[in-house]
Amino acid sequence: MTEPPLQTRRRLTTVDYICFGLVGVVIAYAIYRVSDVLVYNWNWSRVFNFVIYYDEETARYVPNLLLEGIATTLRLAFWATIVAATIGLVMGYMRTSKNLAMRMISRCYVELVRNIPPVVFIFIFYFFLSGQLMPLIGIDDIDKNGAFVSSSLFYVMFGDPRLFSNFVAGALCLALFEGAYITEIVRAGIQSITKGQWEAARAVGLSPLNVLRDIIFPQAIRKILPPLAGQFITLIKDSAIVSLISIQELTFLATEVASTTTKVFETWIIVGAMYFVLCYSFATLFGHLEKRAMRTRR
Amino acid sequence: MSNSSATAPKMEPDTLISFDGVSKWFDHFQALKDINLSVKQGERVVVCGPSGSGKSTMIRCVNQLENHQQGTIHVCGREVYGNMKQLEQVRREVGMVFQSFNLFPHMSILQNVTLAPIRNSKLSRAEANEIALHYLERVQIADQADKFPSQLSGGQQQRVAIARALAMKPRVMLFDEPTSALDPEMITEVLDVMTELASDGMTMMVVTHEMGFAREVADRVVFMDEGRIEENCTKDEFFTGGRGERAEAFLSKILQH
Repeated sequence: MTEPPLQTRRRLTTVDYICFGLVGVVIAYAIYRVSDVLVYNWNWSRVFNFVIYYDEETARYVPNLLLEGIATTLRLAFWATIVAATIGLVMGYMRTSKNLAMRMISRCYVELVRNIPPVVFIFIFYFFLSGQLMPLIGIDDIDKNGAFVSSSLFYVMFGDPRLFSNFVAGALCLALFEGAYITEIVRAGIQSITKGQWEAARAVGLSPLNVLRDIIFPQAIRKILPPLAGQFITLIKDSAIVSLISIQELTFLATEVASTTTKVFETWIIVGAMYFVLCYSFATLFGHLEKRAMRTRR
Repeated sequence: MSNSSATAPKMEPDTLISFDGVSKWFDHFQALKDINLSVKQGERVVVCGPSGSGKSTMIRCVNQLENHQQGTIHVCGREVYGNMKQLEQVRREVGMVFQSFNLFPHMSILQNVTLAPIRNSKLSRAEANEIALHYLERVQIADQADKFPSQLSGGQQQRVAIARALAMKPRVMLFDEPTSALDPEMITEVLDVMTELASDGMTMMVVTHEMGFAREVADRVVFMDEGRIEENCTKDEFFTGGRGERAEAFLSKILQH
Protein backbone atom coordinates (compact mmCIF):
# COMPACT_ATOMS: atom_id res chain seq x y z
CA MET A 1 0.00 0.00 0.00
CA THR A 2 1.55 3.26 -1.08
CA GLU A 3 -0.28 6.45 -0.45
CA PRO A 4 0.54 9.55 -2.44
CA PRO A 5 2.49 12.00 -0.27
CA LEU A 6 0.31 14.62 1.39
CA GLN A 7 0.25 17.78 -0.63
CA THR A 8 1.45 20.67 1.43
CA ARG A 9 -0.97 23.53 0.94
CA ARG A 10 0.36 26.17 -1.33
CA ARG A 11 1.19 29.17 0.82
CA LEU A 12 1.99 32.72 0.01
CA THR A 13 5.71 33.26 -0.16
CA THR A 14 7.72 36.34 0.69
CA VAL A 15 7.85 37.23 -2.99
CA ASP A 16 4.05 37.28 -3.12
CA TYR A 17 3.87 39.67 -0.17
CA ILE A 18 6.40 41.98 -1.76
CA CYS A 19 4.42 42.03 -5.02
CA PHE A 20 1.12 42.69 -3.27
CA GLY A 21 2.83 45.39 -1.26
CA LEU A 22 4.15 47.12 -4.36
CA VAL A 23 0.77 47.02 -6.07
CA GLY A 24 -0.80 48.40 -2.90
CA VAL A 25 1.65 51.29 -2.81
CA VAL A 26 0.92 52.17 -6.45
CA ILE A 27 -2.84 52.13 -5.84
CA ALA A 28 -2.51 54.18 -2.67
CA TYR A 29 -0.40 56.74 -4.51
CA ALA A 30 -2.93 56.92 -7.34
CA ILE A 31 -5.75 57.49 -4.87
CA TYR A 32 -3.70 60.17 -3.15
CA ARG A 33 -3.04 61.94 -6.45
CA VAL A 34 -6.66 61.78 -7.49
CA SER A 35 -8.19 62.86 -4.17
CA ASP A 36 -5.68 65.42 -2.93
CA VAL A 37 -3.66 66.77 -5.80
CA LEU A 38 -6.15 66.56 -8.64
CA VAL A 39 -9.01 68.85 -7.86
CA TYR A 40 -11.91 66.94 -9.30
CA ASN A 41 -15.47 66.78 -8.27
CA TRP A 42 -16.55 63.16 -8.60
CA ASN A 43 -20.16 62.59 -9.46
CA TRP A 44 -20.95 59.00 -10.30
CA SER A 45 -24.72 59.10 -10.07
CA ARG A 46 -24.96 61.64 -12.85
CA VAL A 47 -23.30 59.21 -15.26
CA PHE A 48 -25.12 56.20 -13.83
CA ASN A 49 -28.33 57.87 -14.88
CA PHE A 50 -27.16 57.44 -18.43
CA VAL A 51 -26.89 53.71 -17.92
CA ILE A 52 -30.30 53.31 -16.35
CA TYR A 53 -32.58 55.81 -14.68
CA TYR A 54 -35.72 55.79 -12.59
CA ASP A 55 -38.65 57.29 -14.37
CA GLU A 56 -40.91 58.93 -11.78
CA GLU A 57 -43.97 59.06 -14.00
CA THR A 58 -44.15 55.37 -14.94
CA ALA A 59 -42.36 54.32 -11.73
CA ARG A 60 -40.03 52.06 -13.68
CA TYR A 61 -36.34 51.78 -14.38
CA VAL A 62 -35.63 52.77 -17.97
CA PRO A 63 -32.44 51.86 -19.84
CA ASN A 64 -30.65 54.93 -21.03
CA LEU A 65 -28.06 55.78 -23.68
CA LEU A 66 -25.19 53.64 -22.46
CA LEU A 67 -27.27 50.47 -22.16
CA GLU A 68 -28.70 51.14 -25.60
CA GLY A 69 -25.13 51.59 -26.78
CA ILE A 70 -24.09 48.22 -25.46
CA ALA A 71 -27.10 46.65 -27.18
CA THR A 72 -25.97 48.18 -30.47
CA THR A 73 -22.43 46.97 -29.81
CA LEU A 74 -23.79 43.45 -29.33
CA ARG A 75 -25.91 43.62 -32.48
CA LEU A 76 -22.92 44.86 -34.43
CA ALA A 77 -20.72 42.09 -33.07
CA PHE A 78 -23.36 39.47 -33.82
CA TRP A 79 -23.98 40.43 -37.47
CA ALA A 80 -20.36 41.25 -38.16
CA THR A 81 -19.32 37.83 -36.83
CA ILE A 82 -21.78 36.05 -39.09
CA VAL A 83 -20.63 37.97 -42.18
CA ALA A 84 -16.97 37.75 -41.17
CA ALA A 85 -17.24 33.99 -40.62
CA THR A 86 -18.74 33.58 -44.10
CA ILE A 87 -16.00 35.69 -45.66
CA GLY A 88 -13.40 33.85 -43.58
CA LEU A 89 -14.68 30.43 -44.63
CA VAL A 90 -14.56 31.24 -48.34
CA MET A 91 -11.31 33.21 -48.23
CA GLY A 92 -9.70 30.69 -45.88
CA TYR A 93 -10.46 27.91 -48.31
CA MET A 94 -9.14 30.04 -51.17
CA ARG A 95 -5.91 30.54 -49.23
CA THR A 96 -5.32 26.78 -49.41
CA SER A 97 -6.51 26.40 -53.00
CA LYS A 98 -4.37 24.97 -55.76
CA ASN A 99 -5.56 27.75 -58.06
CA LEU A 100 -3.09 30.64 -58.20
CA ALA A 101 -5.67 33.38 -58.85
CA MET A 102 -7.77 32.27 -55.87
CA ARG A 103 -4.70 32.23 -53.65
CA MET A 104 -3.66 35.67 -54.82
CA ILE A 105 -7.07 37.25 -54.25
CA SER A 106 -7.37 35.92 -50.72
CA ARG A 107 -3.75 36.71 -49.89
CA CYS A 108 -4.17 40.31 -51.09
CA TYR A 109 -7.30 40.70 -48.98
CA VAL A 110 -5.60 39.44 -45.84
CA GLU A 111 -2.42 41.46 -46.31
CA LEU A 112 -4.32 44.61 -47.18
CA VAL A 113 -6.42 44.46 -44.04
CA ARG A 114 -3.58 43.44 -41.77
CA ASN A 115 -1.21 46.14 -42.91
CA ILE A 116 -3.51 49.16 -42.79
CA PRO A 117 -4.52 50.65 -39.42
CA PRO A 118 -8.09 49.58 -38.67
CA VAL A 119 -9.25 53.19 -38.36
CA VAL A 120 -7.90 54.06 -41.79
CA PHE A 121 -9.40 50.93 -43.30
CA ILE A 122 -12.77 51.73 -41.83
CA PHE A 123 -12.70 55.34 -43.01
CA ILE A 124 -11.87 54.31 -46.56
CA PHE A 125 -14.38 51.57 -46.60
CA TYR A 126 -17.15 53.48 -44.95
CA PHE A 127 -17.07 56.29 -47.46
CA PHE A 128 -17.11 53.82 -50.30
CA LEU A 129 -19.87 51.74 -48.70
CA SER A 130 -22.15 54.53 -47.59
CA GLY A 131 -21.52 56.57 -50.71
CA GLN A 132 -21.84 53.87 -53.36
CA LEU A 133 -22.97 50.49 -52.17
CA MET A 134 -25.80 51.45 -49.85
CA PRO A 135 -27.73 53.47 -52.45
CA LEU A 136 -26.97 50.77 -55.01
CA ILE A 137 -28.66 47.97 -53.05
CA GLY A 138 -31.37 50.35 -51.96
CA ILE A 139 -30.91 50.06 -48.20
CA ASP A 140 -31.44 53.78 -47.83
CA ASP A 141 -34.91 53.45 -49.29
CA ILE A 142 -36.35 50.78 -47.00
CA ASP A 143 -39.89 51.50 -45.99
CA LYS A 144 -39.55 52.71 -42.40
CA ASN A 145 -43.20 51.95 -41.74
CA GLY A 146 -43.29 48.50 -43.29
CA ALA A 147 -44.76 45.72 -41.16
CA PHE A 148 -41.46 43.98 -40.53
CA VAL A 149 -39.32 47.08 -40.24
CA SER A 150 -41.54 48.62 -37.58
CA SER A 151 -41.90 45.35 -35.64
CA SER A 152 -40.11 44.81 -32.34
CA LEU A 153 -38.24 41.81 -33.76
CA PHE A 154 -36.57 44.11 -36.25
CA TYR A 155 -35.65 46.44 -33.40
CA VAL A 156 -34.09 43.64 -31.39
CA MET A 157 -32.10 42.46 -34.40
CA PHE A 158 -31.04 45.72 -36.03
CA GLY A 159 -31.92 48.54 -33.68
CA ASP A 160 -33.62 51.79 -34.68
CA PRO A 161 -34.92 51.51 -38.30
CA ARG A 162 -33.96 55.15 -38.92
CA LEU A 163 -30.33 54.20 -38.38
CA PHE A 164 -30.54 50.95 -40.34
CA SER A 165 -28.35 51.86 -43.30
CA ASN A 166 -25.82 53.36 -40.92
CA PHE A 167 -25.87 50.17 -38.88
CA VAL A 168 -25.44 47.93 -41.93
CA ALA A 169 -22.48 49.98 -43.12
CA GLY A 170 -20.84 49.73 -39.71
CA ALA A 171 -21.43 45.99 -39.45
CA LEU A 172 -20.06 45.42 -42.96
CA CYS A 173 -16.93 47.47 -42.25
CA LEU A 174 -16.27 45.49 -39.11
CA ALA A 175 -16.98 42.21 -40.88
CA LEU A 176 -14.60 42.96 -43.73
CA PHE A 177 -11.97 43.89 -41.21
CA GLU A 178 -12.39 40.88 -38.92
CA GLY A 179 -12.94 38.57 -41.89
CA ALA A 180 -9.24 38.77 -42.66
CA TYR A 181 -8.35 37.42 -39.24
CA ILE A 182 -10.95 34.69 -39.48
CA THR A 183 -9.55 33.84 -42.92
CA GLU A 184 -6.23 33.07 -41.29
CA ILE A 185 -7.90 31.03 -38.56
CA VAL A 186 -9.80 29.00 -41.17
CA ARG A 187 -6.66 28.52 -43.25
CA ALA A 188 -4.79 27.20 -40.23
CA GLY A 189 -7.72 24.90 -39.46
CA ILE A 190 -7.82 23.47 -42.97
CA GLN A 191 -4.07 23.03 -43.06
CA SER A 192 -4.14 21.20 -39.75
CA ILE A 193 -6.06 18.34 -41.37
CA THR A 194 -3.57 15.66 -42.35
CA LYS A 195 -2.87 14.79 -45.97
CA GLY A 196 -4.15 11.29 -45.32
CA GLN A 197 -7.68 12.58 -44.75
CA TRP A 198 -7.73 14.31 -48.14
CA GLU A 199 -6.32 11.23 -49.81
CA ALA A 200 -8.73 8.81 -48.17
CA ALA A 201 -11.66 11.03 -49.10
CA ARG A 202 -10.51 11.33 -52.70
CA ALA A 203 -9.65 7.65 -52.94
CA VAL A 204 -13.27 6.62 -52.31
CA GLY A 205 -14.29 8.86 -55.22
CA LEU A 206 -15.89 11.77 -53.37
CA SER A 207 -16.34 14.93 -55.43
CA PRO A 208 -14.19 17.92 -54.38
CA LEU A 209 -17.22 19.58 -52.81
CA ASN A 210 -18.08 16.49 -50.78
CA VAL A 211 -14.47 16.10 -49.67
CA LEU A 212 -14.71 19.57 -48.14
CA ARG A 213 -18.22 19.25 -46.80
CA ASP A 214 -17.98 15.76 -45.29
CA ILE A 215 -14.36 15.37 -44.32
CA ILE A 216 -12.32 18.57 -44.15
CA PHE A 217 -14.69 21.25 -42.82
CA PRO A 218 -16.26 19.17 -40.03
CA GLN A 219 -12.82 18.36 -38.67
CA ALA A 220 -11.44 21.85 -39.23
CA ILE A 221 -14.43 23.52 -37.51
CA ARG A 222 -13.79 21.57 -34.32
CA LYS A 223 -10.26 22.84 -34.25
CA ILE A 224 -11.05 26.46 -35.04
CA LEU A 225 -14.01 26.98 -32.70
CA PRO A 226 -11.86 28.10 -29.73
CA PRO A 227 -9.85 30.71 -31.69
CA LEU A 228 -13.07 31.75 -33.44
CA ALA A 229 -14.73 32.39 -30.07
CA GLY A 230 -11.70 34.46 -29.10
CA GLN A 231 -12.04 36.44 -32.31
CA PHE A 232 -15.68 37.17 -31.46
CA ILE A 233 -14.54 38.79 -28.21
CA THR A 234 -11.85 40.74 -30.07
CA LEU A 235 -14.56 41.90 -32.43
CA ILE A 236 -16.64 43.26 -29.56
CA LYS A 237 -13.67 45.35 -28.49
CA ASP A 238 -12.76 46.36 -32.04
CA SER A 239 -16.32 47.51 -32.63
CA ALA A 240 -15.40 50.64 -30.66
CA ILE A 241 -13.66 52.02 -33.74
CA VAL A 242 -16.86 52.28 -35.75
CA SER A 243 -17.85 55.06 -33.36
CA LEU A 244 -15.62 57.16 -35.62
CA ILE A 245 -18.09 56.72 -38.46
CA SER A 246 -20.98 57.69 -36.20
CA ILE A 247 -22.41 54.26 -35.52
CA GLN A 248 -24.28 54.80 -32.28
CA GLU A 249 -22.69 52.04 -30.24
CA LEU A 250 -21.30 52.16 -26.74
CA THR A 251 -18.14 54.18 -27.39
CA PHE A 252 -19.92 56.71 -29.60
CA LEU A 253 -22.65 57.30 -27.03
CA ALA A 254 -20.04 57.42 -24.27
CA THR A 255 -18.35 60.37 -25.99
CA GLU A 256 -21.69 62.11 -26.05
CA VAL A 257 -22.41 61.35 -22.42
CA ALA A 258 -18.92 62.49 -21.43
CA SER A 259 -19.35 65.83 -23.17
CA THR A 260 -22.89 66.53 -21.95
CA THR A 261 -22.13 65.62 -18.35
CA THR A 262 -18.50 66.82 -18.44
CA LYS A 263 -17.84 63.81 -16.19
CA VAL A 264 -15.12 62.34 -18.37
CA PHE A 265 -13.49 59.99 -15.87
CA GLU A 266 -16.69 58.53 -14.52
CA THR A 267 -18.08 57.95 -17.99
CA TRP A 268 -15.07 56.15 -19.35
CA ILE A 269 -14.51 54.12 -16.19
CA ILE A 270 -18.12 52.96 -16.31
CA VAL A 271 -17.92 52.24 -20.05
CA GLY A 272 -14.65 50.35 -19.53
CA ALA A 273 -16.31 48.29 -16.84
CA MET A 274 -19.25 47.55 -19.16
CA TYR A 275 -16.93 46.32 -21.90
CA PHE A 276 -15.01 44.28 -19.36
CA VAL A 277 -18.09 42.59 -17.95
CA LEU A 278 -19.36 41.84 -21.45
CA CYS A 279 -16.10 40.42 -22.81
CA TYR A 280 -15.14 38.60 -19.65
CA SER A 281 -18.57 36.92 -19.47
CA PHE A 282 -18.24 35.72 -23.04
CA ALA A 283 -14.70 34.49 -22.41
CA THR A 284 -15.88 32.56 -19.34
CA LEU A 285 -18.87 31.17 -21.22
CA PHE A 286 -16.78 30.02 -24.20
CA GLY A 287 -14.14 28.53 -21.89
CA HIS A 288 -16.89 26.62 -20.14
CA LEU A 289 -18.41 25.38 -23.42
CA GLU A 290 -15.00 24.35 -24.66
CA LYS A 291 -14.34 22.28 -21.56
CA ARG A 292 -17.69 20.59 -21.96
CA ALA A 293 -17.03 19.86 -25.64
CA MET A 294 -13.66 18.37 -24.73
CA ARG A 295 -15.32 16.00 -22.27
CA THR A 296 -17.89 14.73 -24.76
CA ARG A 297 -15.47 14.54 -27.66
CA ARG A 298 -14.58 11.11 -28.85
CA MET B 1 -12.63 10.29 -73.37
CA SER B 2 -11.66 10.30 -77.03
CA ASN B 3 -8.08 10.04 -75.95
CA SER B 4 -8.76 6.90 -73.95
CA SER B 5 -10.83 5.19 -76.61
CA ALA B 6 -8.03 5.80 -79.08
CA THR B 7 -5.53 3.99 -76.95
CA ALA B 8 -7.81 1.49 -75.26
CA PRO B 9 -7.92 -1.11 -78.08
CA LYS B 10 -4.24 -1.80 -77.50
CA MET B 11 -5.15 -3.26 -74.14
CA GLU B 12 -6.21 -6.83 -73.78
CA PRO B 13 -9.86 -6.93 -72.79
CA ASP B 14 -9.25 -8.36 -69.32
CA THR B 15 -6.52 -5.90 -68.39
CA LEU B 16 -7.64 -3.66 -65.52
CA ILE B 17 -4.53 -1.57 -64.96
CA SER B 18 -1.84 -0.75 -67.46
CA PHE B 19 1.18 1.52 -67.17
CA ASP B 20 2.82 2.54 -70.46
CA GLY B 21 6.14 4.30 -70.19
CA VAL B 22 5.20 6.13 -67.01
CA SER B 23 7.66 8.53 -65.41
CA LYS B 24 7.24 10.84 -62.47
CA TRP B 25 9.40 13.49 -60.86
CA PHE B 26 9.27 15.14 -57.44
CA ASP B 27 10.95 18.42 -58.34
CA HIS B 28 14.23 17.19 -59.79
CA PHE B 29 14.13 13.74 -58.27
CA GLN B 30 12.83 11.11 -60.64
CA ALA B 31 10.66 8.77 -58.58
CA LEU B 32 9.41 6.56 -61.43
CA LYS B 33 11.42 5.70 -64.51
CA ASP B 34 9.64 4.38 -67.58
CA ILE B 35 7.25 2.03 -65.79
CA ASN B 36 5.52 -0.62 -67.94
CA LEU B 37 3.16 -2.91 -66.12
CA SER B 38 -0.24 -4.46 -66.55
CA VAL B 39 -2.56 -6.12 -64.10
CA LYS B 40 -5.24 -8.46 -65.39
CA GLN B 41 -8.66 -9.16 -63.97
CA GLY B 42 -8.33 -11.43 -60.92
CA GLU B 43 -4.58 -11.12 -60.72
CA ARG B 44 -2.79 -10.57 -57.41
CA VAL B 45 0.36 -8.56 -57.83
CA VAL B 46 2.71 -7.96 -54.92
CA VAL B 47 5.06 -4.99 -55.28
CA CYS B 48 8.19 -5.02 -53.14
CA GLY B 49 11.51 -3.25 -52.98
CA PRO B 50 13.68 -1.15 -50.68
CA SER B 51 12.23 2.03 -49.22
CA GLY B 52 12.43 4.94 -51.63
CA SER B 53 12.27 2.62 -54.61
CA GLY B 54 9.01 4.17 -55.86
CA LYS B 55 6.60 1.36 -55.09
CA SER B 56 4.16 3.52 -53.12
CA THR B 57 4.42 6.27 -55.70
CA MET B 58 3.58 3.79 -58.44
CA ILE B 59 0.52 2.39 -56.71
CA ARG B 60 -0.65 5.91 -55.85
CA CYS B 61 -0.48 6.84 -59.52
CA VAL B 62 -3.19 4.27 -60.26
CA ASN B 63 -5.88 6.42 -58.63
CA GLN B 64 -3.91 9.61 -59.21
CA LEU B 65 -3.17 10.52 -55.61
CA GLU B 66 0.10 11.26 -57.36
CA ASN B 67 0.14 12.62 -60.90
CA HIS B 68 2.55 11.19 -63.41
CA GLN B 69 4.24 13.47 -65.91
CA GLN B 70 5.02 11.11 -68.74
CA GLY B 71 3.39 8.06 -70.28
CA THR B 72 -0.17 6.84 -69.88
CA ILE B 73 -2.04 4.91 -67.24
CA HIS B 74 -5.29 3.13 -68.02
CA VAL B 75 -7.58 1.83 -65.30
CA CYS B 76 -10.70 -0.17 -66.15
CA GLY B 77 -10.50 1.02 -69.75
CA ARG B 78 -10.21 4.74 -68.94
CA GLU B 79 -7.14 6.84 -69.15
CA VAL B 80 -6.46 8.53 -65.84
CA TYR B 81 -5.29 12.06 -66.25
CA GLY B 82 -6.57 15.49 -65.34
CA ASN B 83 -10.29 15.28 -66.03
CA MET B 84 -11.85 15.37 -62.56
CA LYS B 85 -15.17 13.70 -63.43
CA GLN B 86 -13.49 10.81 -65.15
CA LEU B 87 -11.03 10.50 -62.29
CA GLU B 88 -13.86 10.25 -59.76
CA GLN B 89 -15.35 7.42 -61.82
CA VAL B 90 -12.04 5.58 -61.79
CA ARG B 91 -11.57 6.11 -58.06
CA ARG B 92 -14.96 4.55 -57.42
CA GLU B 93 -13.80 1.39 -59.17
CA VAL B 94 -10.51 1.32 -57.35
CA GLY B 95 -10.44 0.73 -53.60
CA MET B 96 -7.44 1.86 -51.64
CA VAL B 97 -6.06 0.91 -48.24
CA PHE B 98 -3.37 3.10 -46.69
CA GLN B 99 -0.49 2.42 -44.36
CA SER B 100 -1.90 4.80 -41.74
CA PHE B 101 -5.55 3.66 -42.14
CA ASN B 102 -6.83 7.23 -42.63
CA LEU B 103 -10.27 6.53 -41.22
CA PHE B 104 -12.41 9.63 -40.76
CA PRO B 105 -12.04 10.33 -37.02
CA HIS B 106 -15.22 12.39 -36.71
CA MET B 107 -17.47 9.63 -38.02
CA SER B 108 -18.55 6.32 -36.52
CA ILE B 109 -17.28 3.09 -38.07
CA LEU B 110 -20.60 2.64 -39.84
CA GLN B 111 -20.56 6.21 -41.17
CA ASN B 112 -17.01 5.73 -42.40
CA VAL B 113 -18.15 2.83 -44.53
CA THR B 114 -21.48 4.28 -45.69
CA LEU B 115 -20.21 7.73 -46.69
CA ALA B 116 -19.01 6.86 -50.18
CA PRO B 117 -22.03 4.71 -51.17
CA ILE B 118 -24.42 7.43 -49.99
CA ARG B 119 -22.58 10.29 -51.70
CA ASN B 120 -21.44 8.53 -54.86
CA SER B 121 -24.12 5.96 -55.60
CA LYS B 122 -26.94 8.02 -54.07
CA LEU B 123 -28.07 5.10 -51.95
CA SER B 124 -30.48 5.69 -49.09
CA ARG B 125 -29.05 5.48 -45.61
CA ALA B 126 -30.82 2.17 -45.01
CA GLU B 127 -29.46 0.59 -48.19
CA ALA B 128 -25.99 1.88 -47.45
CA ASN B 129 -26.15 0.58 -43.88
CA GLU B 130 -27.06 -2.85 -45.18
CA ILE B 131 -24.09 -2.90 -47.55
CA ALA B 132 -21.77 -1.51 -44.89
CA LEU B 133 -22.80 -4.11 -42.33
CA HIS B 134 -22.28 -6.83 -44.92
CA TYR B 135 -18.68 -5.77 -45.48
CA LEU B 136 -18.03 -5.08 -41.81
CA GLU B 137 -19.26 -8.62 -41.20
CA ARG B 138 -16.81 -9.84 -43.78
CA VAL B 139 -13.88 -8.20 -42.02
CA GLN B 140 -15.36 -9.44 -38.73
CA ILE B 141 -15.88 -6.13 -37.08
CA ALA B 142 -19.63 -5.53 -37.44
CA ASP B 143 -20.02 -5.53 -33.65
CA GLN B 144 -17.97 -2.32 -33.46
CA ALA B 145 -20.09 -0.46 -36.01
CA ASP B 146 -21.20 2.29 -33.62
CA LYS B 147 -17.78 3.02 -32.19
CA PHE B 148 -15.39 5.70 -33.37
CA PRO B 149 -12.03 5.00 -35.03
CA SER B 150 -10.01 6.15 -32.02
CA GLN B 151 -11.67 3.46 -29.91
CA LEU B 152 -10.36 0.64 -32.09
CA SER B 153 -6.96 -1.02 -32.26
CA GLY B 154 -4.75 -0.52 -35.30
CA GLY B 155 -5.63 -3.91 -36.73
CA GLN B 156 -9.34 -3.26 -36.30
CA GLN B 157 -9.01 0.17 -37.90
CA GLN B 158 -7.24 -1.29 -40.90
CA ARG B 159 -9.98 -3.89 -41.33
CA VAL B 160 -12.56 -1.10 -41.25
CA ALA B 161 -10.51 0.70 -43.90
CA ILE B 162 -10.72 -2.41 -46.05
CA ALA B 163 -14.49 -2.58 -45.56
CA ARG B 164 -14.75 1.11 -46.43
CA ALA B 165 -12.94 0.50 -49.71
CA LEU B 166 -15.01 -2.60 -50.48
CA ALA B 167 -18.31 -0.82 -49.91
CA MET B 168 -17.93 0.94 -53.28
CA LYS B 169 -17.74 -2.54 -54.85
CA PRO B 170 -14.45 -1.79 -56.58
CA ARG B 171 -13.00 -3.91 -59.36
CA VAL B 172 -9.46 -3.49 -58.08
CA MET B 173 -8.05 -3.09 -54.58
CA LEU B 174 -4.82 -1.23 -53.94
CA PHE B 175 -2.93 -1.82 -50.69
CA ASP B 176 -0.16 0.60 -49.81
CA GLU B 177 1.89 -1.12 -47.08
CA PRO B 178 -1.26 -2.06 -45.16
CA THR B 179 0.57 -3.74 -42.27
CA SER B 180 3.62 -1.50 -41.85
CA ALA B 181 2.06 0.68 -39.16
CA LEU B 182 0.68 -2.24 -37.16
CA ASP B 183 1.93 -3.87 -33.99
CA PRO B 184 3.20 -7.38 -34.78
CA GLU B 185 0.29 -9.19 -33.11
CA MET B 186 -2.22 -7.36 -35.32
CA ILE B 187 -0.58 -8.04 -38.66
CA THR B 188 -2.10 -11.50 -39.03
CA GLU B 189 -5.72 -10.37 -38.63
CA VAL B 190 -5.28 -7.92 -41.49
CA LEU B 191 -3.38 -10.35 -43.72
CA ASP B 192 -6.09 -12.96 -43.09
CA VAL B 193 -8.75 -10.59 -44.38
CA MET B 194 -6.62 -9.82 -47.43
CA THR B 195 -6.00 -13.49 -48.11
CA GLU B 196 -9.71 -14.19 -47.94
CA LEU B 197 -10.35 -11.31 -50.32
CA ALA B 198 -7.82 -12.78 -52.73
CA SER B 199 -9.43 -16.19 -52.60
CA ASP B 200 -12.73 -14.58 -53.59
CA GLY B 201 -11.07 -13.50 -56.82
CA MET B 202 -10.51 -9.80 -56.12
CA THR B 203 -7.93 -8.13 -58.33
CA MET B 204 -5.25 -6.80 -56.01
CA MET B 205 -2.12 -4.73 -56.15
CA VAL B 206 -0.27 -4.89 -52.86
CA VAL B 207 2.82 -2.98 -51.78
CA THR B 208 4.20 -4.95 -48.84
CA HIS B 209 7.26 -6.36 -47.16
CA GLU B 210 5.30 -9.42 -46.00
CA MET B 211 7.00 -12.08 -48.10
CA GLY B 212 4.96 -14.81 -46.40
CA PHE B 213 1.83 -13.16 -47.76
CA ALA B 214 3.42 -12.81 -51.19
CA ARG B 215 4.32 -16.48 -51.20
CA GLU B 216 0.84 -17.52 -50.24
CA VAL B 217 -1.32 -15.16 -52.24
CA ALA B 218 0.55 -13.51 -55.10
CA ASP B 219 0.33 -14.53 -58.74
CA ARG B 220 3.09 -12.19 -59.66
CA VAL B 221 5.84 -10.33 -57.83
CA VAL B 222 7.14 -6.98 -59.02
CA PHE B 223 10.46 -5.88 -57.57
CA MET B 224 11.36 -2.21 -57.78
CA ASP B 225 14.59 -0.38 -57.16
CA GLU B 226 15.45 3.28 -57.70
CA GLY B 227 12.22 4.00 -59.54
CA ARG B 228 12.56 1.11 -62.00
CA ILE B 229 10.82 -2.20 -62.22
CA GLU B 230 13.74 -4.61 -61.87
CA GLU B 231 11.77 -7.82 -61.77
CA ASN B 232 8.29 -8.68 -62.94
CA CYS B 233 7.82 -12.40 -62.73
CA THR B 234 5.57 -15.14 -61.41
CA LYS B 235 5.68 -15.90 -57.75
CA ASP B 236 7.44 -19.23 -58.36
CA GLU B 237 10.13 -17.67 -60.50
CA PHE B 238 10.69 -15.00 -57.90
CA PHE B 239 10.95 -17.27 -54.91
CA THR B 240 12.86 -20.13 -56.52
CA GLY B 241 15.82 -18.16 -57.67
CA GLY B 242 14.91 -16.70 -61.03
CA ARG B 243 15.57 -13.27 -59.63
CA GLY B 244 18.34 -10.77 -60.21
CA GLU B 245 21.12 -9.61 -57.98
CA ARG B 246 19.35 -6.60 -56.44
CA ALA B 247 16.24 -8.57 -55.62
CA GLU B 248 18.48 -11.22 -54.10
CA ALA B 249 20.19 -8.65 -51.89
CA PHE B 250 16.84 -7.14 -50.88
CA LEU B 251 15.30 -10.49 -50.02
CA SER B 252 18.26 -11.64 -47.99
CA LYS B 253 18.00 -8.45 -45.97
CA ILE B 254 14.33 -8.68 -45.14
CA LEU B 255 14.25 -12.45 -44.66
CA GLN B 256 17.11 -12.46 -42.16
CA HIS B 257 14.85 -12.15 -39.16
